[in-house]
Amino acid sequence: MQTKDINEEIKWAQINKDVLRSMENPRKAYWVAVGMCLAMLACAVVAEIYQYRTGMGVADLNWPNMWGLYIATFIFWIGMSHSGTLLSAILHIIHADWRKPIYRFAEAMTTFSLMTAGLFPVIHLGRMWNMYWVLPYVSDRGIWPNFRSPLVWDAFAIFTYLTSSALFLFIGMIPDLAICRDNARGWRKKLYTVLSLGWAGTDRQWRHFRKTYLLMACFLIPLAVSVHSIVSSDFAMSIMPGWHVTTFPPYFVAGALYSGCAAIITLFIILRYFFRFEEYMTIPIMEKTCKLTFAIAMVWTYLNLIEFASTWYGHDLVAKEVLVDKFVGHWAPYFWAMLFFGSVLPFTLAFEKLRRHLPTMFVVSLFLNVGMWLERWMIVGPTLSMAYQPFAWNFEYPSMVQWAIVFGSFGWFGLLFLVFVKIFPSVSMYEVKEMVYHRRRAHVEDQAVAFHRRAGDGQPVTDTP
Amino acid sequence: MSKFRVMGLFRDFEEAFDAIADIRQYKVPGVSVDNVTLLSPIEHPEIEEVLGERPAHVPKFTLAGALFGITFGFLFLASAQATFLVQPQGGKPVVPLPTNIVLTYEMLILFGVLFTVISFLIGARLLRKRDGMYSEMVSLDQVGVIVEVEEKSVQPLKDLFEKHKAVEVREEVSR
Repeated sequence: MQTKDINEEIKWAQINKDVLRSMENPRKAYWVAVGMCLAMLACAVVAEIYQYRTGMGVADLNWPNMWGLYIATFIFWIGMSHSGTLLSAILHIIHADWRKPIYRFAEAMTTFSLMTAGLFPVIHLGRMWNMYWVLPYVSDRGIWPNFRSPLVWDAFAIFTYLTSSALFLFIGMIPDLAICRDNARGWRKKLYTVLSLGWAGTDRQWRHFRKTYLLMACFLIPLAVSVHSIVSSDFAMSIMPGWHVTTFPPYFVAGALYSGCAAIITLFIILRYFFRFEEYMTIPIMEKTCKLTFAIAMVWTYLNLIEFASTWYGHDLVAKEVLVDKFVGHWAPYFWAMLFFGSVLPFTLAFEKLRRHLPTMFVVSLFLNVGMWLERWMIVGPTLSMAYQPFAWNFEYPSMVQWAIVFGSFGWFGLLFLVFVKIFPSVSMYEVKEMVYHRRRAHVEDQAVAFHRRAGDGQPVTDTP
Repeated sequence: MSKFRVMGLFRDFEEAFDAIADIRQYKVPGVSVDNVTLLSPIEHPEIEEVLGERPAHVPKFTLAGALFGITFGFLFLASAQATFLVQPQGGKPVVPLPTNIVLTYEMLILFGVLFTVISFLIGARLLRKRDGMYSEMVSLDQVGVIVEVEEKSVQPLKDLFEKHKAVEVREEVSR
């Protein structure tokens, strides 16, 4: 049974070779995946063209159900973006070195999720050419956007998060791009020469790199929390029943981390299979990710219970009505599915045997994300269909146009991700080298003592009897 | 008098560090550790013990960026909101602090990150033509030690590198 996070005997040259190989001719399954993503994306493009030409009516977005799947899916993708950069930054700061083989694709996931999320407000707007109205510029009448509105906060927060996450991903990739530059030919060599910015691995460069990366990680942690808190403000700052809830910001952040972790598990297994990364994406690392996901699932469950209790014992009768409708009304099948996928299914992650079984974890991670998507729909849908005007109560199942666009967004995300892993290294070569180097050193007692003394620790525990 | 640069490539950090330790002890006359540049595939955790403390001013830029972000963010919002002075506010503040704090905070982070990245590009001397003294083996698994020296020190330095089992030793006239 594999017990170590990484094979400490692996040679540095082998790490380069394995990762660079993953960027060459892919397996057949890769092209099948690309084809599937393109087909899904085509569904969305056709639906969007139809919606654009015919009008928003074909999406069935009308009062009172004005937000529908588009905004629910927007929140889902924003949430999905959280685990990559946030977990990478937290684990970097606390020196959890098991993050090193998996953080690169997780950070890429963040960037592409944000790029996918950004499409939904535009699609939902209908008149997409007016999207720039949310940007902070002054119109010819001298009027600025309303900076008191959480929707404008969203634009600021998402722009900041996308910029910072993309820079964090890029800066962390520079040493690897230099490795690619030194090994590539043709157009790839030109591309990597430009992108590696002249990196040579000098002590000056490493010194600045280390400080830069650490400082960026420190900024990204509160930023990620603030972004999803702000997205939750879109709801919590309204007075709609079921949305005006104090726990919404932490609830959104927990849900975001949860869906992001589940997505990391899914992509972990896919990349491990596509690129034969068994040496790097190891079962012990998978186990750690699963345990983290389980812990976050329990936090999410707790926050759900808090929300139910505060609504049940509160004085807002309409909010209570919405809650009851979720449990036993029109929304019950979706709501119970959300609770099952979000709170019951994660218990499979508590069993070591299941955690180490990749096909099971693959299926579980997909269903966890189905649960997280349903959660977002259960936030948006029920409240709008049962607000304060009983005469307007109206349960409406989303139209096929909405479903097609939501479905296609997964194809768009998948396509971006698949292109990324073919052009850029999906495993950080230099960080895996560091991991192997440090772990090997930790077995040499004298060096371990010196290493721990420098870190301000006491005597290290070594394998030596 | 023209200066030379000599590069020794070593199989691992220990051999490279031994060579630098000898330079530190002035075993090659006229060569100081301050003239040493280390090239490596990873950053060694104890690099400072070998090369000595060398500055990196990134945090100062970060602080400057954060302060700029706060100032710019708040003033930008407040000046935009001040255009509403001509309109009735119905008792609401023209410049609402609680909501502006949210956006000011985002600007703090954005400019903090941007200034950090800019300082990295400047401090690490990136975005400029790469030095000729480079080996692709550094990005694979070898450690390079480059020293800038006078012509008379070239041979003693090459001997020192070879004594410490350098895989390859190169020299070039410094530009």
